[in-house]
Amino acid sequence: MQSAWTREAFVTILVAALLMWLLPYAVSTYTLTILIIYGMLAFSLGLIWGFGGILCFGQAAFFGLGAYTYAVAAINIGESTLPMLLAVAVPTLFALLLGAMMFYGRLSDVYLGVITLVVTLIFFTFMNATAGSQYAIGSARLGGFNGIPGFPILNVPGQPDLLIYGDALFYVCAVCLLVVYLLVSHLLRSGFGRIAVAIRENETRVSLLGYDVRARKTLLFAIGAAIAGLAGALFANWAEIVTPSLFSLVQSAEIIIWCIVGGLGTRIGPILGAAGLAYLKFLLGQQSMIDNTVIMGLVLVLFVLFLPKGLVPAVLSLWQAGQGRRRRARGLRPFGSQRGRERPVG
Amino acid sequence: MDLFFVISLEVLYGIASLVLISVGLAIVFGMMKVINLAHGEFMMIGGYAAITAVNLGINIFVAMLIVAPLVVGVIGLVVERLVIRHLYGRLVDTMLATWGLSLLFIGLATMIFGNTTTGISTPIAGFTVGNYQVNGYNLFVILIAVCVIAGLFIVLKTTRLGLIARGTMQRSDMAAALGHSPDRVYMATFFCGSALSGLAGAVFAPLVGLVPTSGGSYIAEAFITVIVGGPALIAGLLSSAGLLGLISQFFTFAISPVIGEMALLVAAVILLRILPQGVTSRFFKGRL
Repeated sequence: MQSAWTREAFVTILVAALLMWLLPYAVSTYTLTILIIYGMLAFSLGLIWGFGGILCFGQAAFFGLGAYTYAVAAINIGESTLPMLLAVAVPTLFALLLGAMMFYGRLSDVYLGVITLVVTLIFFTFMNATAGSQYAIGSARLGGFNGIPGFPILNVPGQPDLLIYGDALFYVCAVCLLVVYLLVSHLLRSGFGRIAVAIRENETRVSLLGYDVRARKTLLFAIGAAIAGLAGALFANWAEIVTPSLFSLVQSAEIIIWCIVGGLGTRIGPILGAAGLAYLKFLLGQQSMIDNTVIMGLVLVLFVLFLPKGLVPAVLSLWQAGQGRRRRARGLRPFGSQRGRERPVG
Repeated sequence: MDLFFVISLEVLYGIASLVLISVGLAIVFGMMKVINLAHGEFMMIGGYAAITAVNLGINIFVAMLIVAPLVVGVIGLVVERLVIRHLYGRLVDTMLATWGLSLLFIGLATMIFGNTTTGISTPIAGFTVGNYQVNGYNLFVILIAVCVIAGLFIVLKTTRLGLIARGTMQRSDMAAALGHSPDRVYMATFFCGSALSGLAGAVFAPLVGLVPTSGGSYIAEAFITVIVGGPALIAGLLSSAGLLGLISQFFTFAISPVIGEMALLVAAVILLRILPQGVTSRFFKGRL
């Protein structure tokens, strides 16, 4: 068990390092940075939706909250270390409160979706209406529809003059995603992660076994929000402006599309879905024949109809089917039964 | 006294517009348990249909009340046959698929009509009450909302078609055993729901500058009103539109329109927390 985890972590780091070295030769680091940030955002929803069964229509709220928190804090503090921490902490706290309100009220699927959507809309409406100078936090004006430009960008901790941008920001984002990925992988192997999956499968049974489902769901929701907040702060550094469109319905829809296309219930699926679709959008943006949204809409409809599980699980199951046939031909145990040997839950 | 009259008219208008915006969605959700997130885009298409028809020289009332509902109804029919039919009973998947459709329609509208604001002028002149100017078109919106609700009630309650529709809504297997194809009923229901969305979109077209992304501003309010209303179709729609409309108009007058909009959203969150299955899961139980 321990060695399997070490091996997986080692392979992940190796692959990530290889990608970080090779990808900049193919695509500019400026584009890669945003692909990674979107990957992280999709990963946050992939965690709570794919493994926790919580369909949040408002992951954009935490993304935007992270970005806005960073911008406001960076203007007031003038340096980036504390704002980065705040940009993770504020969405987490907010998600704890919102999650507690929803999960302790025992709301489920559609109603959860509605409330998260409504909360995102509240942010969107509010931020759009903050144009006047009376809407300011400290010395940062919220700026309404135009958003907040010109805040200090990321610097090396403790040295406000050493700014991180361009290629350096790409490596920072990539390492952030890698660390988040490893932490979440570890979390999913722990008792907490296994019970989260069990809750997704059968909530009543898990609560009858004596686990506090409400607290666990709230916590998982907050972890997802923390990751989305981090992605938001990195986005603020990449774009160097934050606007209310971060909270828009289109943004929320895109996160969900990325997860569906990439594949729920996998860790890598949402990341690949986000990076792939965002890159596709980038390429499509260079032509003007067909409107971007048409393609995005078609992709979502076709995937829901024909491949509701997403790309990665479909490819995996194909591969496993092939693997199983080969093993059976050699008289070995089928692939799936290895799982039974792992440590019991709890 | 004049002020009181004007304000109550505004409140009535707020409620009526919520009813009109959500009635198409409510029918589809109440009858088929399908949440059509492309509802806002259906309204947007209704608006464009009405404007195009008016530009072609058709009388504005004919365009709004007949052309737009027919066009959107037919589009709804196509959507139902091609996409939604395969997803009955999978609530989340229908939401996602219709969300995809909504993006598709936005894109298509942008390609056809361009990303610019279009509009027509309101066909009804305003009038004055004491010192206040009242928009005459608001009365028209209230009238249409009342007609739609009354028509819906009469069809569902007194006609044979309504009986079959209600029966299918409650127990589709029993309706099928009695010889009524649920498939056909769902198709007809979706047509009616879409047509009403088109009607609503057309009625609001003179009031707003229409852009391809106009649907987004409707869908949230419609969605919230329907979910807060709960299982009963008409009672749910009326009670939640009444409640939310009252709250939002109150805050609009007391503070500002933005606060009014936010008050509506906050009220919806609180209501859902207290009554997670909607208002009519506790009150008016078993009504239509």
